[in-house]
Amino acid sequence: MAERIPRVPVREQDPKVRAHNFEEVCYGYNLEEATLESSRCLHCKNPRCVGACPVGIDIPGFIAKVKEGDIAGAAAVIAKDSSLPAVCGRVCPQESQCEGSCVLGVKGEPVAIGKLERFVADHAGPAEVKAAPAGSARKVAVIGSGPSGLACASDLAKKGYDVTIFEALHKAGGVLEYGIPEFRLPKDTVLKREIDSVKALGVKIETDVIVGRTVTIDSLMEDEGFEAVFVGTGAGLPRFMGIPGENLNGVFSANEFLTRNNLMKAFREDYLTPIHAGRKCCVVGGGNVAMDAARTALRLGADTTIIYRRTEVELPARKEEVHHAKEEGIEFRMLTNPVEILGDEKGWVRAVRCIRMELGEPDESGRRSPVPIPGSEFEIETDTVIMALGTSPNPLIVNTTEGLQATRRGGLAADPEGRTTREGIFAGGDAVTGAATVILAMGAGRKAAAAIDGYLRGKDGNS
Amino acid sequence: MFRILERKMLTPNICKMVVEAPRIAKAAQPGQFLIVRADEKGERIPLTISDYDREKGLVTIVTQLIGASSAAIIAKEEGEFFADVVGPLGNPSAFVHASEDELKGRRYIFIAGGVGTAPVYPQAKWLHDRGIAVDVIIGARNKDLFIYTDEIASACDNLYLCTDDGSAGFHGVGTACLEKLVAEGKSYTHAVAIGPMVMMKFATLTCKKLGIPEDVSLNMLMVDGTGMCGACRVTVAGKTRFACVDGPEFNGYDVDFDEAMRRLGQYKEEEAEQKAKYVG
Ligand SMILES: Cc1cc2nc3c(=O)[nH]c(=O)nc-3n(C[C@H](O)[C@H](O)[C@H](O)COP(=O)(O)OP(=O)(O)OC[C@H]3O[C@@H](n4cnc5c(N)ncnc54)[C@H](O)[C@@H]3O)c2cc1C
Ligand SMILES: Cc1cc2nc3c(=O)[nH]c(=O)nc-3n(C[C@H](O)[C@H](O)[C@H](O)COP(=O)(O)OP(=O)(O)OC[C@H]3O[C@@H](n4cnc5c(N)ncnc54)[C@H](O)[C@@H]3O)c2cc1C
Ligand code: SF4
Ligand code: SF4
Ligand code: FES
Repeated sequence: MAERIPRVPVREQDPKVRAHNFEEVCYGYNLEEATLESSRCLHCKNPRCVGACPVGIDIPGFIAKVKEGDIAGAAAVIAKDSSLPAVCGRVCPQESQCEGSCVLGVKGEPVAIGKLERFVADHAGPAEVKAAPAGSARKVAVIGSGPSGLACASDLAKKGYDVTIFEALHKAGGVLEYGIPEFRLPKDTVLKREIDSVKALGVKIETDVIVGRTVTIDSLMEDEGFEAVFVGTGAGLPRFMGIPGENLNGVFSANEFLTRNNLMKAFREDYLTPIHAGRKCCVVGGGNVAMDAARTALRLGADTTIIYRRTEVELPARKEEVHHAKEEGIEFRMLTNPVEILGDEKGWVRAVRCIRMELGEPDESGRRSPVPIPGSEFEIETDTVIMALGTSPNPLIVNTTEGLQATRRGGLAADPEGRTTREGIFAGGDAVTGAATVILAMGAGRKAAAAIDGYLRGKDGNS
Repeated sequence: MFRILERKMLTPNICKMVVEAPRIAKAAQPGQFLIVRADEKGERIPLTISDYDREKGLVTIVTQLIGASSAAIIAKEEGEFFADVVGPLGNPSAFVHASEDELKGRRYIFIAGGVGTAPVYPQAKWLHDRGIAVDVIIGARNKDLFIYTDEIASACDNLYLCTDDGSAGFHGVGTACLEKLVAEGKSYTHAVAIGPMVMMKFATLTCKKLGIPEDVSLNMLMVDGTGMCGACRVTVAGKTRFACVDGPEFNGYDVDFDEAMRRLGQYKEEEAEQKAKYVG
């Protein structure tokens, strides 16, 4: 099974140039490149890639269409399982999902499944939409406009329901809008197109509504006639370390930093939002959020360092992002953990006191946990610290809705189909699992849409 | 939605606006706030709900000109729209959840400063409507800077005005007025201070001295107002709290005011540039 054609490299913005702008890093394939790359797929009888995609996209199927030059056909194959291919092609951790299992990866480089998926989504043109039948359709409320909510809403709309999404922020998209930066996921082109296509199905999006404050689930069901509700409120609460000095000026959560930059467009001169990246910026953490915060700070002009307590092997971020961050000149300090943030006389950050770590024995989960090396403390001078330590679900909905139960980790309790502990209320995505991935959230939204459909049909049958 | 039905300058730089926001009006309680974004390119600005009319679906905000974004809010005319108004945010004042029994016999003193006077109104009104004793002290630099005096006079038992320069009412700051009232035999079971951070810091010291339990309303910097960003964090009783979801009202005795004041200045340099650019 000799590999004849090497994986087609994808064109990217020069690291030196892109370190100073917010335009997309990766240009993606053109038709010629995509056709060549698609010819590498072996169309395995039992494709391992499909099993490793959380939503089971027919990967060899869509790649075959690309090879034939039938891009619309390829899009139709993907659309059977995914409603956000332009996003997932860009942000899925392909190396641990589809591409990680591609047989070509055993001896050489796997097929560039993500890049091909993105190519299809970007070039297929708008899919034909069947406008939902107007009139007496039954009403379903979707809370949150992240990937789980968008996916749930579009499936329900396709089934003919009258769907309204309620979103707390002033713009739809969830993390795709406020968290993931422009240089990885362009808002006005890619994201807007995905959201417009959801709207084209007849889904209404009401922004500036915080369920639990502006309205409650009960008022939506009792006063506004929604017969079922999907909760896709994500996991938006930031964690801090609880170390001394964390409330000094110049210490921010990645959520604040990224929200100011992405949702509030602080990087643009013509927006009023202030942002503070400092001259020297330390980002604590090793996930996608840490990479996004660090690369944003870099683009805003800060000399940026990532501080992570394990080693490069354990970095949870997408491999491509780590690679891009390094190319752009971000420094990585591995096996290092902050113990205190030190301030100057005015209460601004002047340094982070860190301790060196080593990897200890594997714990029950098999992961080697980092342990501090006594006496190894040292200081890194910096004027800005961004905490990217993970997030957890917001308890607002659980606290304001009778009969909903939370899990021990603060998520909403729901079965694999999305049924919560209360009839008519469904949930999915990060709100249930805690911070996870776009594709899992999307998959959960679609499963819940099927369950909601079943539930409402069941109600019909009984009445 | 979010149409401005009424706009009135109360002083040269404080503006009252009545805004259409039916969902918020229906849910609002005293002590809560909302977030306004004037235009597509504006910041999200937290403002206290200074009044609400559930039937008509209206909320009232009172905005002081501080920087570029508050200027953009004030610049809106009657009949124009805000891009976004979201709320009600934060917890209602503690007394909203108190039982009738608990409320009986309470005697409230409100200490209001500057633009913080407007948010006192719905609170005093709520208590006054239920027959609870309410006195209000309003402090201003001089007699031309008072706002909301008529409204508040109708919502309390006794209103005391103070000016720094003695041009009207008591000559001196609100806390000195409170000390005088107590020395003259007034007694209060609860105090609420709303105004500039430094004023709330001193009000807290005075209340401590007088032994009156006191709540303050913290106007920290905010972005989302839903617990998502942590910009609003503040140390209360030694613990980090988020003012938007854990507050905005806290027991004043527990608040680290020096940290809170310092954190308010976090974007001073960036804000000054913008103000120069957009307001002059
Ligand atoms: C910076 C960052 C980078 C990431 N990078 C990647 C990546 O590269 N690849 C990947 O797969 N995943 C990534 N993730 C994770 C991924 O974005 C999330 O797992 C995914 O967005 C979860 O989708 P969701 O629909 O469950 O929730 P969210 O996307 O969080 O959306 C929830 C929405 O609900 C709204 N909401 C919350 N509460 C209420 C309420 N009470 N009323 C109304 N609306 C409410 C929120 O405002 C939000 O818009 C990243 C996350 C972050 C923060
Ligand atoms: C819960 C809450 C309720 C509020 N209620 C009201 C209200 O009813 N009426 C009202 O006028 N204002 C209120 N505020 C304050 C208001 O949000 C700020 O004045 C406004 O955000 C300033 O924005 P700006 O862009 O105009 O000024 P900026 O350009 O942001 O600020 C200019 C300067 O003022 C300082 N500053 C910024 N915000 C504050 C603040 N919150 N307090 C003190 N100094 C600050 C900055 O450090 C900066 O130096 C409230 C704030 C909170 C958090
Ligand atoms: S959705 Fe994600 S995992 Fe599935 S094929 Fe596409 S990139 Fe791979
Ligand atoms: S495993 Fe790789 S080669 Fe096989 S079908 Fe999937 S993408 Fe093609
Ligand atoms: S304003 Fe963002 S957490 Fe309070």
